[in-house]
Amino acid sequence: MKRLLTIAPLLAAVIAIHLLCAATGTLYYLTQMTMSAYYALLIIGLCVLMGYAGQISLGHGGFFAIGGYLSAALTTHNLEHLQDNSVISALHSFGVLQSGQDLYGGTLLVVNPWFACILAILAAVVIAYLIGIPVLKLKGHYLAMATLGFGIIIYRVVLASEYFGEADGISEVPAFVLLPGLVVSGDFAGRVQNYYIAWGLLIIGLILLLNLIDSRVGRALRAIHGSSEAADAMGVNTARFKLQTFVLSAVFAAIAGIFLTHYNGGIGPSEAGVMKSVRYVALVAVGGMAHLWGALTMGVLLNFLSLRGAFGAYDDAVFGLILILVMLYAPNGILSVRWRPRWARKKTAVEEG
Amino acid sequence: MTTELFIQYCFAGLTYGSIYAIVAIGFNIIYNTTGIINFAQGEFVMLGGMISISLLPFMPMPLAIASAVVLTMVIGALIEIVFIRWLKDPSVLRMIIITIGISILTREAASHVWGENIRALPYFIGNEITAISILGARISPQVLVVIGVCGLMVATLGVFFKTTSVGRQMRACSANRTAAVLCGINTRNMVTFSFILSAGIGALAGCIMSPITYSQYDIGTGLAIKGFTVAIIGGLGNAGSAVIAGLLLGLIEAFSVSVVPLAFQDAIAIAILLIILFVRPHGLFGSSEAAGLKEF
Repeated sequence: MKRLLTIAPLLAAVIAIHLLCAATGTLYYLTQMTMSAYYALLIIGLCVLMGYAGQISLGHGGFFAIGGYLSAALTTHNLEHLQDNSVISALHSFGVLQSGQDLYGGTLLVVNPWFACILAILAAVVIAYLIGIPVLKLKGHYLAMATLGFGIIIYRVVLASEYFGEADGISEVPAFVLLPGLVVSGDFAGRVQNYYIAWGLLIIGLILLLNLIDSRVGRALRAIHGSSEAADAMGVNTARFKLQTFVLSAVFAAIAGIFLTHYNGGIGPSEAGVMKSVRYVALVAVGGMAHLWGALTMGVLLNFLSLRGAFGAYDDAVFGLILILVMLYAPNGILSVRWRPRWARKKTAVEEG
Repeated sequence: MTTELFIQYCFAGLTYGSIYAIVAIGFNIIYNTTGIINFAQGEFVMLGGMISISLLPFMPMPLAIASAVVLTMVIGALIEIVFIRWLKDPSVLRMIIITIGISILTREAASHVWGENIRALPYFIGNEITAISILGARISPQVLVVIGVCGLMVATLGVFFKTTSVGRQMRACSANRTAAVLCGINTRNMVTFSFILSAGIGALAGCIMSPITYSQYDIGTGLAIKGFTVAIIGGLGNAGSAVIAGLLLGLIEAFSVSVVPLAFQDAIAIAILLIILFVRPHGLFGSSEAAGLKEF
């Protein structure tokens, strides 16, 4: 109940923005607000990983791409020619596959978005586990480079495989019917509806994470952040908590990828690019590493401005500049200058190494 | 595989390998004096190539290259003085993010100054089709220039660190910073100097590789990753083994072309990086005891 009270202002703000846009005839802003909400979903997940568990990841664009690309590929690749295959027809009769029509009236047989969504999330979980076990043993520079490397491998694979559309990406991704009448798609008619779906999802994710960091797990994570060795000595299973947080944030990224891909009707390889992953880290840093609300507001605000084209050709440069300025002058985020996490005060022992 | 093809691949591998080695040594120089991995290392290589290409119409090539190297060194010094020098005990995470930011800014600035066109310096000797026959393989003289200059750079650096006063001071800094301060060494200046030095060797590498690999505003990130892979394989902070590791990675990449598609070539280097990080984070040639004392 208490949680609902803290969420209420956000809920009010979401509705207020809708009403304001409707009143001023600027409903088109809701399109970017919807997209920003999905990006923010990824960012709050990454915020828990970076701010609370203290693990940097420069590869979350990769998980976003895994979610987006898998659901896009599964829901667009036509299995019509395999219809006589017994496995395919069995899957069809179980409702895993759905029929449809393409632009030219030809019949399509593709995976149902719900199943594609579940498969994509499962894939993200499995990959996050497999990558996370060795990667999270690393620290600092090594961890940063390893996750960066993971992101680049995903980017290269996407760019080099025909199944994922190579440099063109995948387009004409069908709408995602969540429930009858509740559709994730880029239709103009569904703009308001999609705005609320995106923000609903973001708020659910936020409540989940707020509860998580206030729980036993959250305290364990903060202990790990303070000192991994001390947490270990207190009986916290550091490896397991780090891994679980990593997987959780990967799932958030994958879900963001899945929904945004259905909303945009397509996905391109730039979504998996290094710049995207760096941008997510920048947004978490701007909001204040261990500050979910900060990450949420800055994530939505800066993504919205970027999507509106406010930065023009200097888009990447602006994010680079923000990254440097925040880290130089306000390493704990511009919204939480007074609050200092322990690691920011801790001296590094690197020089003695 | 015929002998000619084998030699051809070998030289291709050695060329790229020596560039990777130079980038890795740049990483090591800065890491040794500061404990920072400078993610903007690849950008120095890009700047060297681009600046020399822009200066070429106004002056002969050797002068253009020398000016480009000097200018990049100035930029390296400025980066250190503006962004890093005045920070008090920054955390590793903070330094990672700052150097990534510097890398992005440099790249974006370059894309606005030079555009997205691919440029190149002309070949130093002859042109694109000049070739020397070595055991039946046809090798461009530029390949030999790259390998030769990189070898010379490594040798000069070795002499510099062993015999000159500044070189010794830098080594003292990396061995024990507090003791170096007590001996009257200005460690802050040594840090600035390490940025200047690694910017310089990066820029020179960028100039000599430009005719073969071309220069573009965004080549930095790829080179930084390869250079880091090499630095890790050799053991972070260990300049000598970085050379061996660099040549090794270059050769692996060159020969991998005959097994996997070219599009996956970058993925191979990164896969090697990941495997090394997981299995032997202290590097193939590094000692695990020494690595245990460092904070990564």
